[in-house]
This record gives sequence, C-alpha cells and structure tokens, in this order.
Amino acid sequence: MTNKKTVAVYTPESRFRSPWVLLKEMGTGIIYGRELAWRLAVRDISAQYRQTALGLIWALILPIANTLVWIFLNGSGIVSVGKTELPYPVYVLTGTMLWAIFMDALNAPLQDTMASKSILTKINFPREAIILAGIYKTLFNGSIKIAIMVLALLVLGIYPDWRLALFPLGVLSLIMAGTTLGLVLAPIGLLYTDIGKGLPLVMQFLMYVTPVVFPMPSQGWISVLLKLNPLSSLILTTRDWLTGFSTDYLSLFFWANGILLVLLFVVLLVYRLVMPIIIERMST
Amino acid sequence: MSEPLVRVQNVSKKFCRDLKKSLWYGLMDMIAELTGSTAARELRPKEFWAVDNVSFELEKGECLGLVGPNGAGKSTLLKMLNGIIKPDRGRIEMHGRVGALIELGAGFNPILTGRENIYINGSVLGLTKHEIDRKLDDIIGFAELQDFIDTPVQNYSSGMRVRLGFSIAAQMEPDILLVDEVLAVGDVGFRIKCYNEIYRIMENSAVIFVSHSMPQLGKVCTSGILMDKGRAIMRSDNISEVINGYYNLFAGEQRTQVGSGKVRLIAVRFGNKTDCITYPDAQAIDPNHYHHIDANKPLTIGLTFTMDQAVDCYSILLSISDVDQKLVLQILPPERPLKNHPGAQEVLVTIDSLLLNTGKYSLTVHFLKDQKTDWGEILLSVRSLLKFSVQRDRYIGAAPVLHTAQWNISDDPSSIRHEQGNTGQVMDLP
Repeated sequence: MTNKKTVAVYTPESRFRSPWVLLKEMGTGIIYGRELAWRLAVRDISAQYRQTALGLIWALILPIANTLVWIFLNGSGIVSVGKTELPYPVYVLTGTMLWAIFMDALNAPLQDTMASKSILTKINFPREAIILAGIYKTLFNGSIKIAIMVLALLVLGIYPDWRLALFPLGVLSLIMAGTTLGLVLAPIGLLYTDIGKGLPLVMQFLMYVTPVVFPMPSQGWISVLLKLNPLSSLILTTRDWLTGFSTDYLSLFFWANGILLVLLFVVLLVYRLVMPIIIERMST
Repeated sequence: MSEPLVRVQNVSKKFCRDLKKSLWYGLMDMIAELTGSTAARELRPKEFWAVDNVSFELEKGECLGLVGPNGAGKSTLLKMLNGIIKPDRGRIEMHGRVGALIELGAGFNPILTGRENIYINGSVLGLTKHEIDRKLDDIIGFAELQDFIDTPVQNYSSGMRVRLGFSIAAQMEPDILLVDEVLAVGDVGFRIKCYNEIYRIMENSAVIFVSHSMPQLGKVCTSGILMDKGRAIMRSDNISEVINGYYNLFAGEQRTQVGSGKVRLIAVRFGNKTDCITYPDAQAIDPNHYHHIDANKPLTIGLTFTMDQAVDCYSILLSISDVDQKLVLQILPPERPLKNHPGAQEVLVTIDSLLLNTGKYSLTVHFLKDQKTDWGEILLSVRSLLKFSVQRDRYIGAAPVLHTAQWNISDDPSSIRHEQGNTGQVMDLP
C-alpha cells in the first residue's frame, strides 16, 4: 500500500497565499461535488413536494398571482405601463415568470447554506455542492414555470419561432446572474440576518428598475437607469427569444454574461475561502 | 517505523464570548482572508483560546483518547482536524482519507425514507452512488432496519437514526477516523456492534476518540490527552493515567444519608492497620479529603454507633465506588447477623489486602436490620462516608479490580497435555 495518499494541511495563513492549491481544490470540489449536489437537489425537491397537497402548483402560484395583479392594475387604468409590442398579459406573465426564476437563483445560496448548517458544521464535503444543488433546484422549478408559460403563450396565440432554441441560454444566464448576486450576499448574509430581512425590499425595488412588468422607457433618467441595469438586457433578450420577437439588446446581453461569468468565478472562490470562518461563527 | 498519519503542531483556536463581537470579528476575518493578510492572530477583546497550543502525532493503529470536561476544546480540535474550521495558530497535517463519526445522520431529511437518506448521507460523506449501491444491503443489514427502510426517517426513534447514521458512516474506509461521542443513544447490543466495527476500522487507521465514557476509552485507546480550558494538561501513552487525571478535575460525590434513623453513626476509624485515623465525629469527615491506602497492607474500618433497642439483630454492608460512581467492590457482610447492644458499640472490619487498582474511591456504609430471608429495613445508609485513594507502583490496565493469582511455568509442556488428557478422554501414552 504505497500509493500516494492525499495530504491535507491546515494552517492559519490565508489560502490566497497559495492560489494554485486553492484553484485546484475548487476544481476538485466542483467535480466531486456534482454527485452530491444532485443528491441534495433530489432530496430537497422530493421533500418539498411530498408534504404538500398542491404539489408543483406552488412553483407557479406566486408569479401567476403577480401577473394577475398587474393585468388588473393596467386594465383598470390605475397604473399605465405604456405600450408593449406583445399583448400585455403575455408581457407581464413572461416577465414575472422569468423574474421568479432569477429570484429563486438569487435566494438559493443564502437559504441553502443556512439550511445546511447541521452538515456544514460537522462534515467536510465540497461546499460548492450546496451552490450547485441550488442551481439544480432552480432549474427544476424553472422548467415547470417555463412549461406553463409556453402553454399559456400557445393559448394566447403567440407562437415561438426557431429562436426558442436560444431561450434556454437566456434562462441560464438569468440563473447565473441570480446565483452570482446571491453568492455576493451570502457571506455577509450568513453572519448578519439583516441581509436576509432586507433582501425582499431591495429586490422589489430592483424589479421596478428592470423591464419585468413594463417595457423599456424610451426617454428620461429612468431609461438610462434601466439600460445600466444588466438585468434589463437579460430579461428582455430572454423574453424576445421565447416569444419570437427581435432582440434589441443582444450585444448588451453578451457583455453582461461575460462579466457575470468572471464574477461568478470570483464569488465562488470567495465562498470557498470564507466558509470556514462563517462555520466557526455559526456552529453551536 | 511508519510516517505519522496525523501531525498536530502547536495548534490554537480562539473563540469569542460575545455574539455581536463575534459576528464583527467574523467579518474582519473574512476581509483578512480575502486580502491575504499575514498579520499574527492575537486575542481581541472578549476572545479566549478555545484550543491552546496543542501538539501530538498519531500513527496507524494508534487510538488517541481526548478527554476533558465540557468546553475543554475537544470538539473544536476535532473540527480543525476535519478541516471544517481553520486553526488560528500552528499547523495540522492529515495524511489520507479522513472519516468522521460526528453527530451521526447529520443531513437526514425527516420526510424522506431511510433508503433515500442512505444515498444522501452517503454522498455527503463522500461515497459515490456506485459504492452505495454496492454496500446498500450491508448498510441496511448492519443497522437492522430491514422492516423500516422505506419508512420516513421522522418516524424513526433516535436510536434507530443513530443506527442508520453509524451504518452509513462505517462504510467509509478512512485512514484517519475521528469519533466524537456518538454512540450514547443506541442500545447496548448495537453499541457493542459499533465498537467491534470501530476496532475493525482501527486496524488500518489512526483513530481519535472523544468520549465521556471512561470505561470505553480505557478499552479502546492506546494513548490519551487530557484537555482543560483549551490546554493539553496531560499526555500519556497510558490511558488510565489520563482517565485518572480527568477524574481529579472534578469534586467527587457528596455525602448523603438515608434510613429509618434507628442508627446513629458516631465515630469512624479508617486506614492501614499501622496508621489508622480516628474521626470522633463521623459527620465532620472532610468529603474532599482522600486517605491514601497502601493496597498491599491490611485495611481497617471501624464504625462506632448507637442503635435503637427495638432492633435485635443487624448486618453491615460496605460498598466501594469509583469516581464514576460505579460500584466496583462490596465487602461480604458477616455470616451471622450481629447482636445489638445497648449504648455505643464499635464494629471493626479488617481486610487483608484490597484488590483495587490505582484510583480514587469512596466508601458507602449500609446498616441493615436482619430479617434472615430478606435485606430488611435500612437502618442507616451513608453514601460516600469517606474517600480514599489507592496508589500502586504502576497502572495495570484499566480494570478497577486486580485479582491475585498463582502463576506456574513448566518447561515440560507434555506434562500439561497429560493433565488435560486426564480431565477429558483417557489417553494412552506410549
């Protein structure tokens, strides 16, 4: 038995001091974490639906209720959202559904890490698995939403074209954006619950500076704000791919994705680095 | 001969007493980690060393027992060894696959069935699906949960959960095994099974064992470290010494007295025959003072008391407990009941040699009304009447009682065989 054994060395030094070791660890963490992530996702999904009577419908109720509210507000003239190329119900339904997927992805890192407290403080496993499992779960719940959405589109007389093939790319980039932002917030949010408490408030605001329930305004400072918001191009492009409309913000979409990809890598690294410090504060 | 599997060098870890401060320090530590700060880790206000400068090495086949009172830093040390939290000082090297039996069944989802949880827990512990598929029957069989494996885990008893958790964790084939006080819940039968399994794993690995069950540590461990307030205050290759040190950290059992009140204990004599101490007032014996007893010399116990004249005959039972309050020895009462006399009377008990191992003990006295057929009424019972310690030249194992024996050596083994033959079948020798 002279085969090379793995040697783990733990010292107080910041692991940034040995970046190659850190990167290698993260790589193996993600590779070995995939199967675990799958298990965790299956666990959470089956547990989530086993104890409910309505089952999968819960994934839809919130965005559908949101859609109905906005159709009512717009139809009754209380709020006027301006002209949309798509019929407004379709516009707001697709918008809220996509936003819900983004929100799922955003909430996952903080919520799932919190929920995994008991194993995090006792077992050493690749921490990336929690994040990956969150993405799987978002994908699962997202596909239910998408299936309903596509069905609703057909009923409402919108027929997607070949660009539907690009639509998954749009959904993935929304999930990536959500995960990245969620990972930025997670380390501090795990220490201070203020983040978790304040998040719904901030996200509400963020939704109104993203063309979710109303179209991109063409002028004024609000139009600048919406253009600066990288989420705008993600939502708009994804919706356009789904509904077969021309994509006006394609270059912004790719720019946003490029930046997000780099950012995701960085925050994933940060997550791995700070986990021991957070676990130490959350144990017992 | 072999490289140590575990090498711990001057490891320290600090914790914070104050939650608000702790969170703030957490934030600071995160920034330090991310900026690659090399500043030394000193204590900040409200911080203390939870583990303070601990060092040891462990080779394959060795089992180290970590003992100490609650909050001594044992679990924190294990967490550092497992790589869950980082040390603030020092260096830890772990060579090989680390398995941890710490809070079994962590991550079980109560709604899912036992079978589903095997896969989840197995994955968390680093087993692949293929490995779990292969070992599934073993796991279920070992846990003896065949009938419940498709029942949601929320319907399991706590013992059943631990069974399942242990069975999964035992499938790891670690080079280094960390065990933290996990087997307290299971029933005796399963606990024995678990220990057998741990012994099996031990053959190929180095084990670090945290437990408050001293007899178990005494059986399993080859060496021990006694921790108190973060420091390793004793390190020995003899686990009994460490266990003894552990007991010395605590004040012993307090004296309590029950009974029908028909006996009043006045004075006590105690000690080796040559230097026997007399206590004129039995109530005034210092409960924290230990009499040193030489186990090789005769021991005298004298009890002076008055007894209610309504009692005709009585008997006295003397019991000796160890520091764990476990009864280790009782002295046979007199064959015939003793006759009550008016006024103060003294009973003198002499024991040729006490068969006790090195350690601390307490003496309990029961006065019983003799009814011949039964134990009878308890006239007076004084628990932990006094305490004493036995010191031998060296520790011999971890058993409380050392029995004397005659040892014969023969240089002609055939004679022994011949004797055996006589007890069984008659053998014809040529």
